[in-house]
Amino acid sequence: MVEPLFSVRGLKVALPDMTRKPLIGRAPLAEILKGLDFDLPRGSVTGIVGESGSGKSTLGRALVRLLEPSAGNVMFDGRDITHLPEAELRPLRRNLQMIFQDPMSSLNPRRTIFSIIAAPLKQNGLGDNLKARVAEALQRVGLPQSFAGRYRHEVSGGQRQRVGIARALALSPKFVLADEIVSGLDVSTQAQILTLLEKLAAEMGLTVAFISHDLSVIRRLCRQVIVMREGAIVEASATDTLFEHPRQAYTRDLLAAIPLPEIDDAWLLPAPKAPA
Amino acid sequence: MNAPAKPCLDIRNLSAVLPNGLRVLRSVSLAVEPGEVRALVGESGAGKTMIGKAVLGVLPPSVRIVEGNMLLEGEDLGRLAPKARRTLIGARTALIPQDPLTALNPSRRIGPQMTDRLVRILGWSGEKADARIRQLLDEVQIRDPERVLKCYPHELSGGMRQRVLIAAAFAAEPRLIVADEPTTALDVTVQKQILRLIAQLQREHGTAILFVTHDLGVVAKISQKVSVLYAGKVVEEADTAALFAAPQHPYTLALMAATPRYTDPFASLKPVDDKVLAGLAAEIAAADQAWRRPHG
Repeated sequence: MVEPLFSVRGLKVALPDMTRKPLIGRAPLAEILKGLDFDLPRGSVTGIVGESGSGKSTLGRALVRLLEPSAGNVMFDGRDITHLPEAELRPLRRNLQMIFQDPMSSLNPRRTIFSIIAAPLKQNGLGDNLKARVAEALQRVGLPQSFAGRYRHEVSGGQRQRVGIARALALSPKFVLADEIVSGLDVSTQAQILTLLEKLAAEMGLTVAFISHDLSVIRRLCRQVIVMREGAIVEASATDTLFEHPRQAYTRDLLAAIPLPEIDDAWLLPAPKAPA
Repeated sequence: MNAPAKPCLDIRNLSAVLPNGLRVLRSVSLAVEPGEVRALVGESGAGKTMIGKAVLGVLPPSVRIVEGNMLLEGEDLGRLAPKARRTLIGARTALIPQDPLTALNPSRRIGPQMTDRLVRILGWSGEKADARIRQLLDEVQIRDPERVLKCYPHELSGGMRQRVLIAAAFAAEPRLIVADEPTTALDVTVQKQILRLIAQLQREHGTAILFVTHDLGVVAKISQKVSVLYAGKVVEEADTAALFAAPQHPYTLALMAATPRYTDPFASLKPVDDKVLAGLAAEIAAADQAWRRPHG
């Protein structure tokens, strides 16, 4: 049995609750993640699904240590990173990359696409041969080399998200966190981006945590799924098992709420008195 | 009352242009029968929201209607004086917006925001408006209307806010509601409740709805008729059941294949074929050329 890339035990994250902050003094802490146990196996895509406020993004941020857990521990690649100080995290950051939801706000408007993709390379000591490395990154995500000189507003939404992917993957990271990366895109563009991520993850053997609210997308892309609700794991299993035999009522409700593109007159009827 | 044969909304050959001459609506024709839900589906930039705005008379100033008619219960909106037009639109239509948090004034309580339109614009008495709003809150299954009416928008959840706006939309018994992506910002479980609610109220009140959405799943569940838009042009129009049984236009087919379906993950999420896009571009170019000829 290969050791998982991430091994998470009893993970708790508490953040200041600004709605209850007194006028003077600190805001009280609210527990967002309430003790999570799970592993992320190497070289596969794990889906993390839940409704807004379920803690899925907080979980992602704790994995890449943008947030420090308040309890429990996070083992990454055999190393305990739970409370590592920033200086010691720095060399690991190269392997903890992120693709963001909204490339419009996660790409610097004043920099060219070349310099956006080059920045993390320089930061991580891969500043030699920059041109070739950026060219390779662009080619990997199917963007023409001429895009290197453009700015973010000069490319379409789907192309912008490709730039986000190129930047994250240029470092050949061990782990990529993809947080709702297709939720702002049209279905046709969404399909292109997902196909691309699927291909790259397989080619590069990436370990991906794919956060999404869309179970249909997760089924296509992920090998296993973690269903979250109110800061806890409701159910975690292999994708086929989860979709074919969901064990928890909450998972079944989530599935039943998805409007599939097919005619179903009973779908809108109130559940308790659904006709036989 | 109008004769039953007359459509609630009849859009004929509507074209609109931007200052640079680009056509954003390309000879759009569609009709919404009384009590019917007509879905407008398309990707971003398809002009679906633009059509809703044109009907409500709230197009951005840069967009100019250059051709076509919009008939609301037989009355040609283009022929009315601006004031008469606004009065007619105000009395017979309503909007359910995409984002209830932007649509509501953050610094006013829910109650007065809901009665405002009835009192100030439609001239109802305060008591009548108040009673009506309470009745509608009950219809949208808000159990504690007293508390909700006193709340500020930020004190309610997204689903509750959308319920409030649905109640407000139905309050003055409009003949037509424009619903602009009303569930896009909501979680799936809340989306299902809200769609169910809209369908129920629409049936009970016999209201026609122009339902703007990008989601073919929502189209399948809520509408009886559907117009598929691309680049401001209706590329296919059909009964919803017929569209899903046998889509005719290659773009409709491609959209369906791109829409994710957890029941069939590998037959869905297919990128739209370049050939389909090239076909669409040619179709749009031909339509523009044919249109420009008589318009010089």
